Formats: sequence, C-alpha cells, structure tokens
Amino acid sequence: MPIFAVTVLGHDRPGIVAEVTEAIADLGGNLEDSSMTLLRGHFAMTLVADIDWPSDVITGRLAPLADGGLGVFVRELPPAAPTVESARFLLSVHGADRPGIVSAVTRRIADLGGNITDLSTRLAGTFYVLSAEVQLPVERADEATEALRAVAAELAVAVHLSPLEDDLL
Amino acid sequence: VTSTVAQQLAQALAALPPGRVREVVRAPHPVLSAPCPHVDPEDPATVELAADLVATMRVSPGCVGLAANQLGVCAHVFSLDVSAHPKTRVHHGAFVLVNAAILAGSRNERAREGCMSVPDFTGEVKRPTRITVSGQLPGTGEQVTITTDAFEARAIGHELDHLAGYLFLDRVAGAHHVYPRKTYQ
Repeated sequence: MPIFAVTVLGHDRPGIVAEVTEAIADLGGNLEDSSMTLLRGHFAMTLVADIDWPSDVITGRLAPLADGGLGVFVRELPPAAPTVESARFLLSVHGADRPGIVSAVTRRIADLGGNITDLSTRLAGTFYVLSAEVQLPVERADEATEALRAVAAELAVAVHLSPLEDDLL
Repeated sequence: VTSTVAQQLAQALAALPPGRVREVVRAPHPVLSAPCPHVDPEDPATVELAADLVATMRVSPGCVGLAANQLGVCAHVFSLDVSAHPKTRVHHGAFVLVNAAILAGSRNERAREGCMSVPDFTGEVKRPTRITVSGQLPGTGEQVTITTDAFEARAIGHELDHLAGYLFLDRVAGAHHVYPRKTYQ
C-alpha cells in the first residue's frame, strides 16, 4: 500500500486531529507515525499513513480543512531507508536569542556525519532553548564536543552534548 | 537522619549572620554556564554568601534551593530546604554546603523540574533518588556527609549541576522534554 505524508498547519482550534484522522479512516487509511504540537500557538501536525488512494483523492477528502483556513499538504513517500545503529546523544543549546543559532550548531553536527533525529526549540522572551537527539558515530563524539565548544563560544550560547541512555527492561 | 549530622548542619546555619536578599540571575546569563571553583568555607565572604543564599531562598515562593551562581557569584556553595515539599521523604532541614560532591547515587527516576533561573520552562530530568553527598559547612569548614533520598536527593543533584555550569535543560531525557510554562490561547 502506498505511504503518504499528510501535513496540517494553521490556527489552532478543538477538533483538527479528529477531522484529519477521520478523513484518513474514511479512506481506509492506516496511521503509522505521527507528530503534533503547537508552535507558538499554531497547530502543526505531520503524519505518515498507509492509504490505498491517489493523492488527489486524499487531498479532496481533506478539502474541508483547507477550506477552513488550514494548510494541508499531501505527499507520497518513497519506501523508508533501513535504520542504522549508531550512538544517540542529547544536544542541548540555550542562550540569548539571535538569528543563526540552529543553523550554526546543526551544521557542525552534519559535517561530522551526525544525524538529527528529533528536535524541538522554544523561545521565551529573549531566551532560546534547543533540545535535539543526534545519532553520531561513536568515534566522532569527542570531535563533536570540541566542534560544539567552538561554536558555543562564537555564538555566546551554552552547548552540551551528552549520551542518551536507554533502559532496556 | 543521624542526629550528629543534623545538629552540625543546624549549628552551622544558626551561626550564619543575617543574610541579604539578592536578585536571582536568569538564563541566559553566562554565570549560569560557568563551572564554579571551590572556595574557602571559613572565608567571611563565603559565610556572607551562605547567609545571602538562605535569605534569598526563604523569601522566594516555592524555592527549595539556590546555587551561588544563581546570585551571580561563581563559588561552589549552595543552600537547600526541602522540608516543606510534599515529595520529600528524608530531609535535613535548611542547610548550606560548600565544595560539595556526590559520592554515590542510585535509583534513577525521572521527574519534571523547574528552576528560578529558567522561569519559562520545565523539563523532564532523570536523577538518582538515593545519594550520598559530602561537603563542608560554612564558617567552620567541617566536612559532613549526608545520605538522603527522594526530593532532597533530586534537589541536591539540581544544585550541584548549577555549580558545574549545567541547567536542567542540559539534562532532559530527550528532544521533547522541555515544556513551556505558559500556554498560548
């Protein structure tokens, strides 16, 4: 069955998740992974679903949401790449807000072959906080710490990279 | 709580001069990201700082502990008083420790923490809930060792993190474990 990504963005109100997922259920679609949050009060959701209909039919079924002012985007996805084993780290960045913090920090991670697998950022007043999970080849962890120390000094922000532990029971 | 340690902590607290209420520094102030050096516990400046930490902690609603860098002073001193907190089990009343370190920790548990220096966020942090911590008393420099659990252990871990230049934001359990304290409506 084809896999689709459905993204819905816009002014928050009660009922959006119910309406989006009802539309997919009505098409016989099956939800796989999804993520929804409020970003400065705006509704933001992306979900991945198995749906055995072409994308224009899905878009049509979601049209009432779009007509109500929400941004709705439907896109068919290629098969997922196989997952690889690597060490997981928590990247924490915080400091006085300024443009370019996220790009500068994540560029260093990318240059070392690190992959951001989860990220959230928050701004409160002028205080900016980033928390991300990073997959990084274990042998490059020290190098990454050094590179991040340099970028922290350049940006005058605090940057910490620490191993994430899984408690396997 | 062994009576000798409790007595030592209480005597050290009672011997402090009246403290001054000082402003609590908020992130992103750089003093909160700097590791604090050890200081002489008998130095009058350390004693005065200890008194100021207690005075400031006492007037701040909900405050159960303060690290010296939260008052803008880079010195390895913190105050604590979790005695009125509902999550507390073992506690040692109000006390100040200088140059303290955790000797042993176990029973990691996750809980949501807040901080006076990070008033807009909380975060989910895993910390040992049974610890043995050793430090010096302000004024005399006497070395004391405390074994505690539950909320007092968490609070001590939080304060010692401050003194190492870490905020709870650096210890959260994942990318989605920092929460805003205000909601948007």
